[in-house]
Amino acid sequence: MNSTIRDLLTKHGRLPVSVDTIADDADLYEAGLSSFASVQLMLGLEEAFDIEFPETLLNRKSFSSINAIAASVSQITETQQVA
Amino acid sequence: MNVASPITALSLAERAQRAAKVAAEFADTVDREARFPKEGMDAVKAERLMGIQIPVQHGGEGATMSEVAEVCSILGKACAATAMTYAMHQIQIASLSDHAPDSAWHEAFLKRICDEQLLIGSATSEAGIGGNLRNSVCAVDVEGDIVRLEKNATVISYGADADAIMVTSRRHKDSPPSDQVATLFTKDQYTLEHTAEWDTLGMRGTCSDGYIFRGEAPAEQILPKPFAEIAAQSMLAVSHLLWGALWFGIAADAVNRAQSYVRAAARRSPGQTPPGALRLAEASSMLQQVKSNVVAGLKQFEAGKGDPDALSAMGFAVAMNNIKIGTSQTILDIINQCMLICGIQGYKNGTPYSLGRHLRDAHSAQLMISNDRILGNTSTMLLVGKQETSLLR
Ligand SMILES: Cc1cc2nc3c(=O)[nH]c(=O)nc-3n(C[C@H](O)[C@H](O)[C@H](O)COP(=O)(O)OP(=O)(O)OC[C@H]3O[C@@H](n4cnc5c(N)ncnc54)[C@H](O)[C@@H]3O)c2cc1C
Repeated sequence: MNSTIRDLLTKHGRLPVSVDTIADDADLYEAGLSSFASVQLMLGLEEAFDIEFPETLLNRKSFSSINAIAASVSQITETQQVA
Repeated sequence: MNVASPITALSLAERAQRAAKVAAEFADTVDREARFPKEGMDAVKAERLMGIQIPVQHGGEGATMSEVAEVCSILGKACAATAMTYAMHQIQIASLSDHAPDSAWHEAFLKRICDEQLLIGSATSEAGIGGNLRNSVCAVDVEGDIVRLEKNATVISYGADADAIMVTSRRHKDSPPSDQVATLFTKDQYTLEHTAEWDTLGMRGTCSDGYIFRGEAPAEQILPKPFAEIAAQSMLAVSHLLWGALWFGIAADAVNRAQSYVRAAARRSPGQTPPGALRLAEASSMLQQVKSNVVAGLKQFEAGKGDPDALSAMGFAVAMNNIKIGTSQTILDIINQCMLICGIQGYKNGTPYSLGRHLRDAHSAQLMISNDRILGNTSTMLLVGKQETSLLR
């Protein structure tokens, strides 16, 4: 999943540095992720994983690192499959 | 030991009313001369209102955001420049007291604000960035335990009269524009090189001149939290709420004047409804909309207080943005309506019904963080976040 997230970050993240140089647990906001780019990234994730971000996960924390995004996506896929 | 002084025995609103009385007396002069509202702000300090929002353990009165907003609205009815100065100061305090926990320096400084009734300014706007609060060009330079910062600040309200200024910048010279920190510098730690005069249509007494800011201070004065979090959880929301409150005040005073005009006309010809009465009814309804907007926002903010997740949720940001858009536009409609009611008496300066200052001051509301910029942000958020549609949440 992290490699898909990295691809989407490259496409939508508008980061000033290469996504390859960013560790899974590194702070994406420190790397330059803007709120506009995070929304584009979110749309990309929804499309790629066929999910919909619930209101509770629409916050900065969910997008603070690659690991955090992966955790949010897993949480959504689990609950949305159960539902 | 803490003995209540006579002033704190009065309610905050009563103290604000007393300060507002002084501010109102000088509002026209402050506007005409585009000078700092010294009398109004001295009165605010004499009423010990500068630190009310600060928690009791740091020397304040732990006032809620609603109470602070009420003070802003009372001052807004009297003198918009005094109210805006006070509101911007309170916005800085909200950032400091919520976002510098366990920072000994900042806690001690909060105490000083209360003891000495200090005034805090803000330098977020920067040449080349405009009103995009969440981007900086300049960067702090931390060397050992010293922080240095130079910023081409295009607008610093009451910069010359502030006792300290909170300045945003990038975290490091290699950081991207959105990775920001905020640093508080006290007056003895910076110089201001004047670059632009504030000769404007309205809000003239805010004296929001441009300066090159150059500061040097102990590095512990950098706020520990990323500015992104401070902006999302506090600064943006509190700005829109307190601005909304004082803009309500400006419009409310305009409605008061229009109502006096209509009443005077009614007294002159009993039995006949004056022509302005219908417009006044309409203005009254619009004023109530502004009030409801601000009050609902204050409720939402206070319900989310202490819960960073609630305050950084998109739905919350959309709601706060909507308050700014709604209030800043509606006050113009209201004051214009009042001008139509009062006619030439409202258009002229120096009558009991004069509305020129109100209208000019109110025109700043749409530009103060451009409404187009805010609508742009909201539209991005609505691409993913759902519009809140419940009535009571
Ligand atoms: C009374 C008053 C007091 C102030 N005090 C302070 C202060 O103490 N400290 C401080 O730092 N700042 C202060 N400001 C400045 C304020 O915070 C904003 O920076 C400023 O109002 C915006 O300036 P601007 O219109 O030049 O910039 P911009 O935001 O760049 O806007 C310029 C124009 O471009 C358009 N535009 C730009 N970007 C976008 C976008 N993304 N989407 C849509 N449209 C866009 C807007 O429509 C706008 O008309 C104050 C402003 C006022 C009116």
